[in-house]
Amino acid sequence: MSIQVILAQALLGLNVGVFYAMLSLGLAVIFGLLNIINFAHGAMYMLGAFIALIGYSLLEQWFGISLQIGFWASLLVAPVIVGILGVLIERLMLKRLYELDHIYGLLLTFGITLILQGLFANYFNVSGTPYPGQPEALSGVVNLGFMYFPTYRLFAIVFSLVVCFATWWAIEHTKLGSRLRAGVENPDLTQAFGLNVPLMVTLTFAFGAGLAGLAGVLAAPIYSVSPLMGADLIIVVFAVVVIGGMGSIMGAILSGLALGLVEGLTKVFYPPAASTVIFFLMVLVLLFRPAGLFGKEK
Amino acid sequence: MTNRILFIIMLVAGLTAPLFAYPVFVMDLLCFALFACAFNLLLGYAGLLSFGHAAFFGGAAYITGYVTKEWGFTPLLGILAGAGFAMVLGAAFGFLAIRRQGIYFAMVTLALAQIIYFLALQMPFTGGENGLQGIPRGHLFGLIDLNNSLAMYYFVFVIFLIGFGIIYRTINSPFGEVLQAIRENESRALSLGYDVDHFKLLAFVISATLAGLAGATKAIIFQFAALTNAHWQTSGEVILMTLVGGLGTVFGPVVGAITVGALSHELSAFGSWVQVILGTIFVVCVMVFRRGIIGEIQRLASRKQG
Repeated sequence: MSIQVILAQALLGLNVGVFYAMLSLGLAVIFGLLNIINFAHGAMYMLGAFIALIGYSLLEQWFGISLQIGFWASLLVAPVIVGILGVLIERLMLKRLYELDHIYGLLLTFGITLILQGLFANYFNVSGTPYPGQPEALSGVVNLGFMYFPTYRLFAIVFSLVVCFATWWAIEHTKLGSRLRAGVENPDLTQAFGLNVPLMVTLTFAFGAGLAGLAGVLAAPIYSVSPLMGADLIIVVFAVVVIGGMGSIMGAILSGLALGLVEGLTKVFYPPAASTVIFFLMVLVLLFRPAGLFGKEK
Repeated sequence: MTNRILFIIMLVAGLTAPLFAYPVFVMDLLCFALFACAFNLLLGYAGLLSFGHAAFFGGAAYITGYVTKEWGFTPLLGILAGAGFAMVLGAAFGFLAIRRQGIYFAMVTLALAQIIYFLALQMPFTGGENGLQGIPRGHLFGLIDLNNSLAMYYFVFVIFLIGFGIIYRTINSPFGEVLQAIRENESRALSLGYDVDHFKLLAFVISATLAGLAGATKAIIFQFAALTNAHWQTSGEVILMTLVGGLGTVFGPVVGAITVGALSHELSAFGSWVQVILGTIFVVCVMVFRRGIIGEIQRLASRKQG
């Protein structure tokens, strides 16, 4: 087995890893403030990809609007639409469940997942539709010295990493971030200081949802767009979150990247285990470090 | 009192069901009812949300199918083998999952169940996406031919009653009281000297075993172990059934399984819209109908008594 093959799989693994990182980051941000796990996160990722697809090729056919939303515009439009959906879900539904056991939030978002998934399964092929809008500038391959790598995938890796680290920086080093962290630490006290915590909660949920939508747009040109694309991914991301622990933002990012790499390398060494390796790692973490690698025991 | 009346209604309805309904359909409902009751023991009484119960339900079906088809086990032995497998699997999953609480517990069980799903998809004996087909129904005690649908029906009904009885007995035992104490306030139960983890694990194993019993029985009825039974969506369906019927009520899961089962059956012509409708019911239940059908009835009954 040549070193090239291993490096290539590692890069492809990193490519998957940035999606894990973006999704687990969104889950962690939401969990920090709301204490709920958003099961619909996968469905929002799918929604992002479908918004890109519909915006690019179906607006005229479906709505009679002669408008085409290209890839670059989708990177903005899709997260905004998914974010607005997030606002609606939080304000109209989740808000009423905060007083109850947190499992109700999980169950509600599971129901929303079924609705979204079912809606898209009515109109689109379950086996997937290719996204035709990959920009010219990103087609082809780049020579990395040791191998040729698709330009688009390289772009997706770099772009996602920038988004992840920018989010981390904003939370850890800006005024807004410090307020957010205060809200996570002690919501009542933060509110007593005159900060609008309910608004923060809504915007945080919208932001997490938007991240999922953005990841969906980035994934669209790589994987074909399918109603089930989010569901399969989100369960792996749950395992990533259990492994990393949701105590830290950086922890969520790093464990997402690392586990993507591990999965990619498993494809080289023992392909049949590639789809389950992350779950087995989760078992090991539960045995030896139950709170997760970056987690704090509450 | 209400429970006794409901039990008599269930018994009479169960015994007479083949007279007015298609037996295979009722058997399917009975399996899901038992599955939901087993799930309810965990969520409704111990407060533990398992999002991975499909692994026990679907996994047991494969084991039962394999041992009856390839090793020539009798149907009863095959079902016991399936339930036994679910018990061992439940012990392993439970041991891992109770290390985390609340929302993490749900995520861990979901992820663990996904391992079983991928194994069912990839292992050589399971038939991949087609499932394990051609499982024989065989003869019960070597005498009664289960290919006769009435014989099969009453066999399934007896299994259901046994499973239901075990759950009823568990809930109304000192063990069940401790489980409810853990649900209400885990730290207090711990401070009273109860080994909380031990109780949770035992509840998990009982629940997994009975979920396996239901899945194993289903494999014999349909002569088929389906991949969908091990899918996370099945885990979601059993949650929905329990929620619709009434979380933490004895008969709620039975009513919920019949309601959801009949509904999916009626709506099956609408394709993917079924999912949209089930999702909507999920949302409505969580938002405004958290007591479920039986829960609401009990509330009205107790209000009437003053």
